[in-house]
Amino acid sequence: MAEVKLTNVNKVYPNGAHAVRGVNMEIADGEFIVFVGPSGCGKSTLLRMVAGLETVTEGDLHIDENRINDVSPAERNVAMVFQNYALYPHMTVRGNMSYGLKNRGDSKEEIEQKVIEAAKTLHIEDFLDRQPNQLSGGQRQRVAMGRAIVRNPKVFLFDEPLSNLDAKLRVQMRIEIKKLQRKMGVTSIYVTHDQTEAMTLADRLAVINNGQIEQMGKPIELYKDPKTLFVASFIGSPQINLMSAQYDGKILKSGTLEIDGFENLPVAEELVLGLRPEHLRIDTKGKLAMNIDLVEQHGADNLVYGTLEGAKNEDGEDLELCLRLNQDQEPSIGETITLSYDHTNALVFSKETGKRLI
Amino acid sequence: MKRVQFSHSPIPYLFIAPQIIIICIFFLWPAAQAIYQSFLLEDAFGLSSQFVWFKNYKDTILTDAWLQSAGFTLVFSFLVTFLSLALAMLLAVKANEVIQGARTYKTMLMWAYAIAPPVAGLMGNLMFNPLIGDLYYFLNAMGWDFNHKLDSFDAGFVVVLIAVWKQVSVNFIFFLSGLQGIPKSVLEAATIDCKSNLRRFWTMTFPLLAPTTFFLVVINITYAFFETFGIIDTTTGGAPGGSTSTLVYKVFTDGFRGNDLGGSSAQSVVLMVMVLALTVIQFRFIERKVHY
Repeated sequence: MAEVKLTNVNKVYPNGAHAVRGVNMEIADGEFIVFVGPSGCGKSTLLRMVAGLETVTEGDLHIDENRINDVSPAERNVAMVFQNYALYPHMTVRGNMSYGLKNRGDSKEEIEQKVIEAAKTLHIEDFLDRQPNQLSGGQRQRVAMGRAIVRNPKVFLFDEPLSNLDAKLRVQMRIEIKKLQRKMGVTSIYVTHDQTEAMTLADRLAVINNGQIEQMGKPIELYKDPKTLFVASFIGSPQINLMSAQYDGKILKSGTLEIDGFENLPVAEELVLGLRPEHLRIDTKGKLAMNIDLVEQHGADNLVYGTLEGAKNEDGEDLELCLRLNQDQEPSIGETITLSYDHTNALVFSKETGKRLI
Repeated sequence: MKRVQFSHSPIPYLFIAPQIIIICIFFLWPAAQAIYQSFLLEDAFGLSSQFVWFKNYKDTILTDAWLQSAGFTLVFSFLVTFLSLALAMLLAVKANEVIQGARTYKTMLMWAYAIAPPVAGLMGNLMFNPLIGDLYYFLNAMGWDFNHKLDSFDAGFVVVLIAVWKQVSVNFIFFLSGLQGIPKSVLEAATIDCKSNLRRFWTMTFPLLAPTTFFLVVINITYAFFETFGIIDTTTGGAPGGSTSTLVYKVFTDGFRGNDLGGSSAQSVVLMVMVLALTVIQFRFIERKVHY
C-alpha cells in the first residue's frame, strides 16, 4: 500500500524536447489515477519516470516517504503492464510470472504458490506451461497482468494496456482491471488516450496537454466543470460542440445566430461557446435551426449530425453540430429541426487563453 | 490417386539449371575428382599414376603430422570461434548502450570487416616482425620471451589473435542487428523484474540472441576451418614445424608444396566428411535448442 507524490517533475530530453513540465501530484493510497491526453503529450513519459525507465531531469518522486529518483526500477516495488505486453518470448507463462520473484530471491514453494494464485485470479492456470507465442492477444494481456500482480507491488503502472485488443475484449478487460484493482487495493496509474477508458476507470483523472497537467479531478467533475477549453473538448464522447462567439454587452452571437441567456461576459473578446450533444433537445419553439445530414443509430440513443444555421465554428466555417437523442426520436435526413438548450449547462471560454469564463 | 497435375514443361528445369550447373562444376566435379585422386599414387612429375586403394589414407591420415594438425585445427577453431564471438558480443552489447556518437563508434568497430584475410595476415606479420614489429617488442618488453618463429605456442597465439581480430567485426555487425531486433519493452520489463545487469544479460539478452549466436557459431567454425588459410599462409606459413598448420593448410602444403596429390586428396576427402558431420550436428542442435 503506498502513496505516490510527484513534486515539480520535469523531463528534458538531450535533444532539448521538454516532455514534462513541472508536474505536481499527490496520489492517495489505493487510488486509481488515469493520465489521459493526446499522443505526444508526455503522459507515457511521466509514467515511465515513475517506473524508473526514464530519468527525472528535475523534481522529486516519492513512494511513501522514500525519494525514488535514484532508486533502480527493480527496487521501486512497482509493476508495469506494457502496451505490447512485453512478455519474455523464450519463457513459458510460468517463467514469465516467476522471473521477477526469482530475481528477488523468493523461495521455490513461495513462487509456485503465488504464481498459481495469480493465475487462478486471471483464469490462466491452464496456460502456465505454454510459450507466449502460443497464446491469443487476450491471453497474453492476462499473462502481462499476472506478471504484475504476482509481485504484489506497491504501485501498478499501466501503459495503454488495452489498445492492442479488439473492442469487445477491451471492454471486458477494462472491467476486470477495475475489479482487480478494487479487490487488491493497490495504488495504480493508468495511461490511455481513450477517454472512455479514462472516464470509467479513474478515481481521479489527470488531463495532460503539452507536458502539463491541464486539470485533475474526478471524471464527472472534469466533464461537468472543465477549467479549460482543452479539457472540455477532450472529455466527453461525442465531442462537445464548440462555436465561436462574441458578446456585444447584451447578447451572445455566433456568426448571425443570436444566443440569449448569457450575461456578464467580456465585450470585444473572441469567445468559444460549448454545448454538449446531450444538452440540446428538439423543441418546436427553439431558436436554433439545424439541417440534418446524418443520423447514427447506436441502439440506446441516436446521434444526429448536421449544420446549425448561422453559427460558425472556431475556424469561421459553418458549424457542424452533433446532437444526442433518445432512440424513439429519429429525425430524417434533410429535415430541419429547431433546438433549444439549457444555458445553465453551456460552457463559455476565452478563445485566447482557453480559460473557462462561465 | 491423381497423377501429377502439371504437364512436363521444361521451363522449371531451365530456371534451376544455372544453380545446378554451378554446383556440378564447382562442387560435385572437384569433389569427385578429389575422391578419385585419393585412390591414386602419382609420380612426382604427374606422368604416370597407379590405383592403390586406401593406401593414401593409411599413409597420410594415420600419421603423427596429421593428428597434430587435426589437434591444432580443433583447438584453433574453438579458440577463434569462442573468442571472436565473446568479444563481438561484449562490444555489441556495449555499443548498443552508447547514445552519443553511436554511429561513429559502430562504424569504427565494423571497419576491420572490409579487410581480406591475407591482408590481415600481412599486417599481423609486420606487427610481429622480430625486426620492426611493435607488438613483438611490446610483448618482449612485458617480460614474455616471445618468438613466434621458434615457439609453437607463440606462433599459435599470433594466428589466433589475427584470426579473431579479423572476425570480430563481422560478428559485431550480426550481434548488433540481433540486439536491435529484441523488443525494447521486453528489456524494460526485465529492468523492472531484475536488478542485476549481469543477471539480466544472461537471462534475457543472451537467450534472445541465441538464433544469431547459433548462426554465427556455424559461420565462425567454417571461417576458422577454411578462411584462415590466408592468415596462416602470410604469417607463420604453418611454422614452426607444422605446429600452426590447420588441416586445410596441410592439404595445400602436402599437395602443392610436397607434390603428393594423392595424399593431399585423401586428406581433403576426410576434411569434407568431418565438415559434413559437423554441419549435421549443428543443425540437429538448432532444431532442438534454439527456438522460441
